[in-house]
Amino acid sequence: MKARVYVMLKNGVLDPQGEAVRHALGSLGFDGVEGVRQGKVIELDLAAGTTEATVTEMCEKLLANTVIESYRVELV
Amino acid sequence: MKAAVVVFPGSNCDRDLAVAFERAGADVTMVWHKETALPEGVDIVGVPGGFSYGDYLRCGAIAANSPICRAVVKHAEAGGYALGVCNGFQILTETGLLPGALRRNAGLKYICRTVGLKVATTDSAFTAGYVKGDEIMIPIAHHDGNYYADDEVLARLTGEDRVAFTYSDNPNGSIADIAGVLSANRRVLGMMPHPERAADQGHGGTDGTAMFSALVGQVVTA
Repeated sequence: MKARVYVMLKNGVLDPQGEAVRHALGSLGFDGVEGVRQGKVIELDLAAGTTEATVTEMCEKLLANTVIESYRVELV
Repeated sequence: MKAAVVVFPGSNCDRDLAVAFERAGADVTMVWHKETALPEGVDIVGVPGGFSYGDYLRCGAIAANSPICRAVVKHAEAGGYALGVCNGFQILTETGLLPGALRRNAGLKYICRTVGLKVATTDSAFTAGYVKGDEIMIPIAHHDGNYYADDEVLARLTGEDRVAFTYSDNPNGSIADIAGVLSANRRVLGMMPHPERAADQGHGGTDGTAMFSALVGQVVTA
């Protein structure tokens, strides 16, 4: 089984990289991009039977820094 | 005073930090990241700058979970001293020993230059050798030094006089111009600027030496 973990900066934490991407899109002529936030996707190959709770624990302990980042787990 | 300087794969300020401690009169032992314990009788642990584990995942995240860092956390929780510089600051926030987090610089650029720091408190063994409000010149060299803490943490840091240094001219977007913070017991300091790079005439400045000499003078063997 696989899990996909999405890690994003929390709302309210300024994302300077997302801002730079927004500016770059604007200068390419893409109007109307009002905000860009950049995060990361982490794919985990897991032994069968690994629970979502275990993946959540991985996020809390390592994959996300919950001071500034939020995460979402998707089992696939 | 006995100091230990932790060495991770990717550390690059470990020897500078060791020299700064030695010059101030400390006995220094280098400790590899795979060690599970600090040398007997260590008073202070230096967590150096660099790019531990290639900054993979997040700056400091992998290092914070390394075997030696578990020993560093235990040492600090037992009242031991620790100094984290640059990547060392990032690592100490990742371990939870210090509050907040370091984000990408607001201007997105890696910045390497000497900046002015205001001494915000002299109430710690790290800053006792300075004069409150004085400006000292210390180099910075980082891409992720943009300090963040939420309002509640920020209020606590300010209320408890735990901001050690602020930038005179904020280079990286850090909240409240914060360049370095202390733990609640004032024995753990994390800072983005490099005092060990301002500890010799050859560095072009020696404003960092007062930190190391004050530490060696004040920290008595636990």
